[in-house]
Amino acid sequence: MTKTHVTTSINGEAVEFLCEPGDTLLSVLRNELQMTGTKEGCGSGDCGACSVTVNGRLVCSCLVLGVEAEGAEIGTVEGIESKDQLHTIQKKFLEHAALQCGICTPGLIVSTKALLEENPNPTEEEARYYLAGNLCRCTGYDKIIRAVMDSAEVMRGEALR
Amino acid sequence: MSEAREFKYIGQRTIRPDGYDKVTGRANYAADLSLPGMIWGKILRSPHAHARILSIDTSKAEAHPDVMAVATYQDFPHVSSEMFQAGETPTDLLDLARNLLADDKVLYHGHAIAAIAARTESAAEAALSLIEIDYEVLPPVMDVADAMKPESPVLHDDMFTVGLAEKPDKASNIASRMELKKGDIEAGFAEAEVVVERDYYTPTVHQGYIEPHATTVSIDEDGQAMVWCSTQGHFDVRASTAKLLDMELGKIKVVAAEIGGGFGGKTTVYLEPVALILSRKSGRPVKMVMTREEVFRATGPGSATRSRIKIGAKKDGTITAMQAKLCFEAGSFKGSPMGPGCMTVFTPYDVENMYIEGYDVVVNKPKVAAYRAPGAPQAEFAAEMAINELADKLGIDPIEIRLKNAAKEGTQTVYGPKLKAVGLVECLEAAKNSAQYQSALDENQGRGLAAGFWFNIGGQSSVIINMNPDGTGTILEGSPDIGGSRASIQLMAAEELGIPPSHLKPVVADTEHLAYSATTGGSRTTFATGMAVIEAAQDVVRQFKERAAAVWNVTSEQVEWVDGVAINTAGEDKLTAAEICRGAEKTGGQISGTANINARGAGPSFAVHLCDVEVDKETGKVDVIRYTAIQDAGKAIHPSYVEGQYQGGAAQGIGWALNEEYIYNEDGIMENAGFLDYRIPLASDLPMIDTVIVEVPNPFHPFGVRGVGETGIVPPLAAVATAVSDAIDVRMTDLPCSPPRVLKAILDAS
Repeated sequence: MTKTHVTTSINGEAVEFLCEPGDTLLSVLRNELQMTGTKEGCGSGDCGACSVTVNGRLVCSCLVLGVEAEGAEIGTVEGIESKDQLHTIQKKFLEHAALQCGICTPGLIVSTKALLEENPNPTEEEARYYLAGNLCRCTGYDKIIRAVMDSAEVMRGEALR
Repeated sequence: MSEAREFKYIGQRTIRPDGYDKVTGRANYAADLSLPGMIWGKILRSPHAHARILSIDTSKAEAHPDVMAVATYQDFPHVSSEMFQAGETPTDLLDLARNLLADDKVLYHGHAIAAIAARTESAAEAALSLIEIDYEVLPPVMDVADAMKPESPVLHDDMFTVGLAEKPDKASNIASRMELKKGDIEAGFAEAEVVVERDYYTPTVHQGYIEPHATTVSIDEDGQAMVWCSTQGHFDVRASTAKLLDMELGKIKVVAAEIGGGFGGKTTVYLEPVALILSRKSGRPVKMVMTREEVFRATGPGSATRSRIKIGAKKDGTITAMQAKLCFEAGSFKGSPMGPGCMTVFTPYDVENMYIEGYDVVVNKPKVAAYRAPGAPQAEFAAEMAINELADKLGIDPIEIRLKNAAKEGTQTVYGPKLKAVGLVECLEAAKNSAQYQSALDENQGRGLAAGFWFNIGGQSSVIINMNPDGTGTILEGSPDIGGSRASIQLMAAEELGIPPSHLKPVVADTEHLAYSATTGGSRTTFATGMAVIEAAQDVVRQFKERAAAVWNVTSEQVEWVDGVAINTAGEDKLTAAEICRGAEKTGGQISGTANINARGAGPSFAVHLCDVEVDKETGKVDVIRYTAIQDAGKAIHPSYVEGQYQGGAAQGIGWALNEEYIYNEDGIMENAGFLDYRIPLASDLPMIDTVIVEVPNPFHPFGVRGVGETGIVPPLAAVATAVSDAIDVRMTDLPCSPPRVLKAILDAS
């Protein structure tokens, strides 16, 4: 099978790769580009561990083809922190002990960032429904939701500055 | 345990040392490793739930240019039936081999039969269809009750029930029977003024870890193998792999990658020995990653059970007799957690007369694996439902009836030892005083309460603390960190050494850098590996004192170690840990402490959970609206991660109670093998989960620690089902309380 050449941008950096027409963006990220921060939990869009943004929109990268990245801007967990500084959301996940095994954490952090960009002041219920596509089996979500609500508050303060 | 000890670091909510890598995506899990020249392995699985394999022809697959290796059962060196310890429970080597790659029979839909390695994952997948297999399809046996009938099809014609007075002359699906007794059960019921008796059912459920099983394996021409995998116990992966492939332990290095959840389901092997066969045959590193569907169809599940409970009591609530019959599905091969089910079922109660019988029964489902307090949630669900029914019948508050009969220090357990100091009464008192218990309910709402017990275990743990020349330290431990245990290990070492936690880095060492350490299971890590850490730290402190004594020309008895500083009691000299480490070169070389222990004295942890639900009576949908988890931690080393264990256990138990179940069609094929249809709780399904940490110190641990990981999944099944029953005024006996079942209960009652 002939591979397709794709030119894209990942976390603000220009990236080129070759992929089969059937390869998912998740497979390209993990297996071609060695960006293994994005995780695979189900391969069917049910668990959210592979959450990334494509042109700012939150998607499951297991449901997007690699070739669809052509000309797009992709955001992954590796691009959340800036210059060795953890993002507020990352800091809050650590402070609130909002992870146990950590396999869902990259997806949850990408999704939380997308949530707070769309809605900087969510209610607890809004946060719970927005993140309903990100499965966590360890925590019962209590500490995750606390981390999200605390992040929202701190980020609203940062935005005012 | 010194009661008066004041802790400097223990009890702090520090940032976990492995956390940074996990929030940035840098942490390496099992599927994240790639090696030069690596190829991919895939497994061919049975399309039938029960069939005889008449022939397997792999010649076409082997001839295909993409295929670099094929493995079948024939590639195992001769294996015979032999019980060996690897993981939490004893395993039969022959069963393990036949579960990894079927021999002459497939015993469940998804049972592995052959494996292929090819250059790419898709090529390996495609080549599976080249393997030709002839089957004689047999009728599947899908329920423990059916499997126990004399006329049932038999899975293993060489399996005769163990534990009967006489060895049966006919093979059956009942692998074993056990019996536990205490007092005189007949006399106990004769004394009773009220009796409740009822049947209960719990379905097959999955541990539901988000990370599928994965491994990358390589082996060189000298037979030195490297296995990188997702496991709760890399030393036991080594033991199983070595046994199955007849290799020396020292020839296999197993690295435990960061693990994406396990809950007991990653205490055995599925892929690693198969990948090693493929690697040996192809001469290439081989990577295997399961799909989610494979995870559901061929790993894990927790036993479905059918139970009958009978309890007799006096009118004042004093329980006089407790009787249970517990039938556990083992899946395709013997070895359900029926034993711990029998041992835990009534342990929250100090009752004179008990009689418990258990059955371990094979059915055409995947071989069950441990699932968080294996056996206890199913057994105690039935017992707690019956206790709540008894309380209702007597008009006694469910907390009061438990307080009246609660197990405490000195209670004789049905399985052997008397309980030492335990915190059940304290948990019940905390429940009584909780804001939730004192709050009012609205229409269509209900409340349930249940208690739970789990033993916890100790076992073998090895630790090395290497001090660095600048006074920082590296802690090598052998317990894969499944939920933040490195944070507690770091805090315990810091406490004992008097060195700040941030100067100590805990590392889960591979099998070549540390002596054997048992699998992470039985809530043992913070207890047992914690004890080893404390002992290794004491070894370091002893050396710190010796080095300081040598500098000051005094005896080490004249040196005291206070808050990370050596003090010369014969003078005024002081030396910090960093100063001693900096000078180590001149006082005898570098400093490291070791401990290799077999920890005894694990303290049981009791819990009490409170659940409020609201039921939509038109659809049968249940919403948990308020929840409180109360549990005895002995001593909470890192309170956030203790709370996290309580909340996580509660959430899994809520899923088990409300939605989770394997749904099979009439051919024995699971119809909901994905997260969309096997619904684990979502963020939008749950409320905040309040926690209360009760601390009744375990007298056998230097800091008073009890394991906390498992007990939290025991009470929710009955707490939730009781709340649903209360809301709809119909007694629920079968799980899950899913909308169709709840709606049916409402309609049947009206």
